[in-house]
Amino acid sequence: MTAREIAEAVRSKQRSAREVVDEHLSRIDERESELHAFNLVLADEARAAASAIDERVAAGEDPGPLAGVPVALKDNFATRGIPTTCSSLILEGWRPPYDATVVDRLRTAGAIVIGKTNLDEFAMGSSTENSAFGPTRNPHDITRVPGGSSGGSAAAVAAGFSPLGFGSDTGGSIRQPAALCGVVGLKPTYGRVSRYGLVAFASSLDQIGPFSNTVDDAALALEIIAGHDPADTTSIPEPVPAYSESLREDVEGLRVGVISEFLAAEGLAPDVAQRVHAAADALARAGAKVDDASVPSTIYGLSAYYLIAPAEASSNLARYDGVRYGLRVDAPTTGEMNTKTRTEGFGAEVKRRIMLGTYALSAGYYDAYYGKAQRVRTLILRDFERAYENFDVLIGPTAPATAFAFGAKADPLAMYLNDVFTIPSNLSGHPAMSVPFGVGDDGLPIGVQVLAPALGEAVMLRVAAALERAA
Amino acid sequence: MASISRDDVAHVARLARLELTEAELELFTAQLAAVLEHAADVEALDVGDVPPTMHPYPLRNVLREDEVRPGVDRDEVLLQAPAAESGRFRVPPILGEEP
Repeated sequence: MTAREIAEAVRSKQRSAREVVDEHLSRIDERESELHAFNLVLADEARAAASAIDERVAAGEDPGPLAGVPVALKDNFATRGIPTTCSSLILEGWRPPYDATVVDRLRTAGAIVIGKTNLDEFAMGSSTENSAFGPTRNPHDITRVPGGSSGGSAAAVAAGFSPLGFGSDTGGSIRQPAALCGVVGLKPTYGRVSRYGLVAFASSLDQIGPFSNTVDDAALALEIIAGHDPADTTSIPEPVPAYSESLREDVEGLRVGVISEFLAAEGLAPDVAQRVHAAADALARAGAKVDDASVPSTIYGLSAYYLIAPAEASSNLARYDGVRYGLRVDAPTTGEMNTKTRTEGFGAEVKRRIMLGTYALSAGYYDAYYGKAQRVRTLILRDFERAYENFDVLIGPTAPATAFAFGAKADPLAMYLNDVFTIPSNLSGHPAMSVPFGVGDDGLPIGVQVLAPALGEAVMLRVAAALERAA
Repeated sequence: MASISRDDVAHVARLARLELTEAELELFTAQLAAVLEHAADVEALDVGDVPPTMHPYPLRNVLREDEVRPGVDRDEVLLQAPAAESGRFRVPPILGEEP
């Protein structure tokens, strides 16, 4: 059942929330040991929350648009009193003293948190192999990665553990795992969803978004979590459109651009390119005007990202010093304690990015690296805006290939190249989403990416729904 | 720009409060050099007259009323600390160390 179907059934007393939760918990029981989608399954808490929903329904109350819907949260969302690890040893055992705004909004809408999902440590990675607690496996083929960094949430939705999952996307961490696991994944416009309570990785790029099995569920989830939040100063003070309603319109007359730089990129697998062409054809058949689009400076995206994101991360992760929360490794002085705690608490990829970021921000290099990369963001933003003068949306591949095998991208740069098509939207701040659109030569899912201008989620969802119908 | 050296990496590790083994130092020097080499395309761009971007939406000076509001509970926060005493975080000695 989709999230919308569950909520309707629970609100109309056709099904109890308790029954819905038990059904999902039994699916988790069956497959979680082989997949490892979760860092923590909240079985007792979820059952109790479901019973509370059922009591409210019995009392004639409406628990909200997500009544009884189980949701899986990436384990970098602060959940009050519930361990939040970021899949890092440095936060093991931490129980946040507050809830993220998104968590609050989901619960207020009647959703039930069923677990905290695995990720690459501090969301740094594209495979979940960087988790301190071991990798998540792809439900379609357990010898392959689920993508990352929100691999646990993507796998949970693909495996039917919950109809909705939530993740964070800094360089593709929602869209790439969605593509590899064959589910829908959406990164909203930067500022559309509050980041309050999301453990910071790269603050000017991070954005929270949903995973789902249908485009309609992604629209429903976004309606709940989007909107202004005074607790996040980067939050956009604009009303939230009724995204679900925009799905009813077809794509007749919409102008769709196929990003030529993406299709010309080195490393794009032919079967993925073929699916992008097929998506363009399907939209043309549905009445859209499809043409080639050019966003030339996106070729600098990867380089700019791997200067900006590590720089911001090195600053954000300075807070893990063994003083206020999480791990402390004892030492005779505070300085030594800080160093020992960080050395034992962080994994290799996190250390690598902290080092890269510290270097890029250090004396003499700031202007050449971070400063310049921030200006490159402007070039990319301008190129997208120019493209959107002629097109309503753009499409392209989400990931360069289908899910890869564990250990296949041991070289950091090879791993980073996985994000080459998703990164530009984080740099520009624009929304983008991945929709499943067929399978590759190996039978594994392929995602097509739909990109839209700032606050263009409605038209983006409309095109995604058309692709879903044609897939 | 010159490629990153082993000494640079050791220096950066000290700044970042990380201890690296000899093997890690070796590996990270090569890996960081590869990423910086990839970034040479950005470094080579002439973007002096282009302003930097932080946000796609024009937000300026986000302020709120200066009024007292409840914060997080102190005891709940201190419960998370590795060590606390008398309503404060407790740390090992700080004075007498090298800066």
